[in-house]
Amino acid sequence: MGKNAVRERNALLALIAAMCVLPLLTRNVNTHHVIIMILLYASLGEAWNIITGLAGQTSFGHAAFFGIGAYGAAMAYFKFGVTPWIGMAVAAVASAVVAAIVSYPVFRLRGHYFAVATMAVGEIVFQLFVAWRWVEGATGISIPVAPEGLATFQFRSSKLPYAYIAIALFALAAFVFHFVSRSKFGFQLRAIRGSEEAAMAIGISPARAKLTAMVLSAALTSIVGSAYAQYVLYIDPFMVFSMAISMKIVLLTVLGGLGSVWGPVLGAAILIPLSEYTRIAFGGTGRGVDLIIFGALIVLVACFEPQGIIGLARRLAQPNANRKGGADGDVDTKSDAARTSA
Amino acid sequence: MGCVYGLVAVGLGLIWGVMDVINFAHGEFLMLSMYSAYWMYTLFRIDPLLSWPIETALIFLLGYATYKLIIKRVVNAPGLTALLATYGLSLMLRNLAQFAWSANYKYLPDTFLANKRLLMGPLIIGWPQLAAAAGSILMSVAVFNFVGRTRMGRAMQATALDRSAAQLMGIDSESVYAFTFGIGGACVGVAGALLATFFPVYPESGAIYSTLAFVIVALGGFGNIRGALPAGIIMGLAETLGGFYLGTEYKYTIVFLIYLLVMQLRPKGLFGW
Repeated sequence: MGKNAVRERNALLALIAAMCVLPLLTRNVNTHHVIIMILLYASLGEAWNIITGLAGQTSFGHAAFFGIGAYGAAMAYFKFGVTPWIGMAVAAVASAVVAAIVSYPVFRLRGHYFAVATMAVGEIVFQLFVAWRWVEGATGISIPVAPEGLATFQFRSSKLPYAYIAIALFALAAFVFHFVSRSKFGFQLRAIRGSEEAAMAIGISPARAKLTAMVLSAALTSIVGSAYAQYVLYIDPFMVFSMAISMKIVLLTVLGGLGSVWGPVLGAAILIPLSEYTRIAFGGTGRGVDLIIFGALIVLVACFEPQGIIGLARRLAQPNANRKGGADGDVDTKSDAARTSA
Repeated sequence: MGCVYGLVAVGLGLIWGVMDVINFAHGEFLMLSMYSAYWMYTLFRIDPLLSWPIETALIFLLGYATYKLIIKRVVNAPGLTALLATYGLSLMLRNLAQFAWSANYKYLPDTFLANKRLLMGPLIIGWPQLAAAAGSILMSVAVFNFVGRTRMGRAMQATALDRSAAQLMGIDSESVYAFTFGIGGACVGVAGALLATFFPVYPESGAIYSTLAFVIVALGGFGNIRGALPAGIIMGLAETLGGFYLGTEYKYTIVFLIYLLVMQLRPKGLFGW
């Protein structure tokens, strides 16, 4: 491991340790809720970052995997009376399989054609769940009340257990991203982002690398989806499969900074409290004032900080540095050289 | 329906092709145009068939202003930032509409063409739908001619191909971009006015058009706005026939499946290169 990687790992460990203390500082249920949502969305962002941040394949369809995860956990208890953890595992495998199946046709497309295709896949899965009677279609599933405990994945007396589960999930997602991004595989993905032809020329199989990245990303997303279902205890297709979920994942990662392990955390830590607190403050009016403000703020951030928040942080840290990260620069030069010689 | 989809997609595709910006607020522009047609009729008794130039002008200005105020700042930013901005804008516009006019469905039940039907043997076609189809085709053709024949249109093409080369030739890419956004808006301005005659007006009414327009633009192929019209007609037919034979709950599934299947054969869209 290089020096940067060690530094990043230590910083991550410190961040997670700090997170473990954070929920203990307050007894406010709203604050706990916001912390849980930040962590769940940050984990989704990390998962999405693998396929889009590293491999450069913009996915607008991650709600599909999120929803499969949510339904897996809910159905496990609702239909079969087994612990949601089994549902979580089954759903993660199912998401991975779905990702593998759709990846084959979808990864033949490039750029925007790929992005639109992922959106189409997401919408198809959404529509199928709305029409599918066995999973209660559009009515959704209300997860039956069970005794509290880790086995049933239900806690009513306090939100703290959920907060710690969310922290564990975030640690999982962040470390998966950290190890992937620092591994040989991560550099292969970056090479593909730079230029698929050049990556092939140096002996990388883009098809296999992209497929692996997608499967990994889908399984992680699905696990977070399962936890979300157990947290809210009621799901329907419109909640978990809609484009809005896919877009929220995209938004917070882009807002925080694409391709960095810190991006999703930063983005979620800004976006989620904004959306939750504007909802708490203005949501009662029932006329969408919270979303007007939320939308306006997104526009403002995009206009005045186009590099994402991480760009701002980097600029503050190194006032004179006007370059991207070293590793990224290397890959780009290499691919440019390969393209010229080809 | 297909023709209207086509026109909405032409507008989206024009912006996407020339500026490489995905306008997520496109459906909301459509929704605003439908509202303005609604209010024109409700307040001033101007039938949408006559008021469409007003809606078109309004949405043209909205598009122009959107470019000048927002898009201008993000058009050179890395890939997904422009998307962030337009998504924020769409959220804002949709909820502003809800704030101002509530989420209730609004209908225009007694416009000139309302409930008039054309009987052609076993086929029953509503006149409002027919007018919408005809208007959409006319507007699309007008846009194609504008882009192909006029000075501004050629400047758009040049800027789309290579912005810096176009600038070296003395083309003011700023005003080209602003104009492109305006024309893209004008397309949904017309579409909105025509849709308001037979489609309920509500804050979310543009949303499904947005999603479909993405798929249609991609199906037609980027960089070829002429592809969007036939692609829109194909998707409209697929939706209607699929909905009829397999049940309405599957109609969008069919549409998206067709996109995925066609892309296997033509990975750059039907008419793209």
